[in-house]
Amino acid sequence: MRIRLENVTKEFPSRNKKSNDVVIAADNLDFEIPDGKLVSLLGPSGCGKSTALNLICGLLTPTKGKIFFDDDDVTELPPEKRGVGMVFQSYALYPHLNVRKNIMFPLQNLKGGDKLSKEEMNSKVNEAAKIVQIEELMDRKPKEMSGGQQQRVAIARALVKRPRVLLLDEPLSNLDARLRIQTREEIKRIQTETKITTVFVTHDQEEAMSISDLIIVMKAGLVHQIGAPQDVYDDPANLFVAKFLGTPPINVFNGSVRDGKLYIGNDMIAGIKCEKEGDVIVGIRPEGFVISDKGSFSCRLKAVEVMGRDTSIVSENDASVDGTAIRSIVSSEDSRQVSGDTVRFNIKPSKMFIFDKETEERIMYEAEV
Amino acid sequence: MKIGRYKAWIYLLPAIVFLALFMVYPLIDVFVYSFEEGYNSASGTSYGTGFYNYSYVLHDPYFLQAVKNTFIIVIITVPLSTAIALMIALALSSIPKVKELYQTIFFLPYVTNTLAVGLVFMIMFKKTPYSDGLINGVIKLFGGSSIDFIDGPYWAKMFVMCFYTLWIVMPFKILILTSALASVDDTYYKAARIDGTSRFRTFTAITLPMISPMIFYLVITGFIGAFKAYSDEVAIFGTDLNSAGMNTIVGYVYDKLYGDGGGYPSFASAAALILFMIVFTITCINLLISRKSSNV
Repeated sequence: MRIRLENVTKEFPSRNKKSNDVVIAADNLDFEIPDGKLVSLLGPSGCGKSTALNLICGLLTPTKGKIFFDDDDVTELPPEKRGVGMVFQSYALYPHLNVRKNIMFPLQNLKGGDKLSKEEMNSKVNEAAKIVQIEELMDRKPKEMSGGQQQRVAIARALVKRPRVLLLDEPLSNLDARLRIQTREEIKRIQTETKITTVFVTHDQEEAMSISDLIIVMKAGLVHQIGAPQDVYDDPANLFVAKFLGTPPINVFNGSVRDGKLYIGNDMIAGIKCEKEGDVIVGIRPEGFVISDKGSFSCRLKAVEVMGRDTSIVSENDASVDGTAIRSIVSSEDSRQVSGDTVRFNIKPSKMFIFDKETEERIMYEAEV
Repeated sequence: MKIGRYKAWIYLLPAIVFLALFMVYPLIDVFVYSFEEGYNSASGTSYGTGFYNYSYVLHDPYFLQAVKNTFIIVIITVPLSTAIALMIALALSSIPKVKELYQTIFFLPYVTNTLAVGLVFMIMFKKTPYSDGLINGVIKLFGGSSIDFIDGPYWAKMFVMCFYTLWIVMPFKILILTSALASVDDTYYKAARIDGTSRFRTFTAITLPMISPMIFYLVITGFIGAFKAYSDEVAIFGTDLNSAGMNTIVGYVYDKLYGDGGGYPSFASAAALILFMIVFTITCINLLISRKSSNV
């Protein structure tokens, strides 16, 4: 099912009781989540991603704007009538009920014509348990299970009513690193099998990149970019998106465009064709550096970190914003050439982005080879 | 290694000494007294040993009346006060804005002296030749005839007693239950809402099980407290509880020790041990029930 948000704004009264200010948690959200896709709302804490999720599930109602499920306006509909299943960060499994009773809980709420017989309930519970592969844990209490198992139970409970939308709030943040990778693949598998439109909230860009069909990058209540993970990475709309995605993070420099040439410090990096003249911000992905004796960009070598397949070269340049060290990833063969105090790079134009110094918006350019 | 073993005992010594001196020794002493016939605390002598004290106490109509009174107070006030306190606590937690104000108001009786409250109750309920009292005024307003709640029929006196007990024990229970309700994680309620859980089911299937340890705590301490009631009765009916027919078991023990018909530590000890057995049995039953229900 498609989910469409039309100019949705959510304001909260300020914590400071004396002022009449409002906090805008979601600012004019306007996007569509396509049917049957796994979509992540990605952003730093406080960016409004959880608010957006709560608006979709109906725990919050928007101050302005409308929310549509397919063509139905659900803006004023309470959560139980929207047909959503939600998994909370803390899982919210009822501690006094065993797994079977937890999963059955939503079914027991059905009234009137929707009411199910005991056999129907049991078969639905077993079906949901099978999807998340917890059939052998049905008699356990939540506290007798690991975090990963609890997570599965929570997903089963959200799925048992066959929701039109599955919502996951930071589903992996309470798990340890190894389980996290396992569980995110699990979520992807469950989503692919059930084909339920799934929205999940995360602050971890790696998580979002690895399993989503579509990423919605948010900051301060605003949507900054929507796109497929690779597209958002390769083609960031602004400096924030470029910085937020990718490990190691993008390297950011103060640069300038003069007479069709891009400079970082005094090094002329490349000849470019673009409309902007003067100071700009240059972002270069770690994999955009190519070691070369005659390279155009010279940096002071600090360290060479061997990682096996690749090598990470840590260097410094005065033009680096905030003086942060530059991290570049090069192949192990190339790194053998590195020695002495200075390292020289050529920059791959496809891995280099130019941003406006004031607005931090992306400036498109064409590299001249 | 050897020193280590003694060390633990040395650390425990102060506590053990005080507990032995002021808890264990008196307990054993009471136990011994209860089997010594005609024990005289001044001379420290007795006629003999046996079950005569128990037999006397169990055949004493005053004691039987006290047991009856105590049981009525316990059976009425413990469940009722817990249930009403739960309702008030639920109401309080659903009005976040003025919650603190009401919490203070409901807590006031707890910090008020019980004798002072008793006095107020007496004035409200008492019927004198000069005035019918506030409550009777209200009863008359609705067309009833006035009743003497303090010196009148047994049921009227018991009503005042239970009402007073409820009033006194409620604040603590409200306080405990409001904090228990506040400690239930809000996400459970959000999850329940998304699943379309009715309010009634949210309460019975989520709230109640989650605060059940606190409810059991209140019921157990409530039983123990109500069985030990005495000062509340004195506050309303004065020290001569036997003639008012409103004595309690603890009141009986006190009377046998120091009251007008007092000076019988053996009878008092026997009555105290009977009370102990009752409280012990009830508490065991309570614990069994709570353990069973928390395993469901």
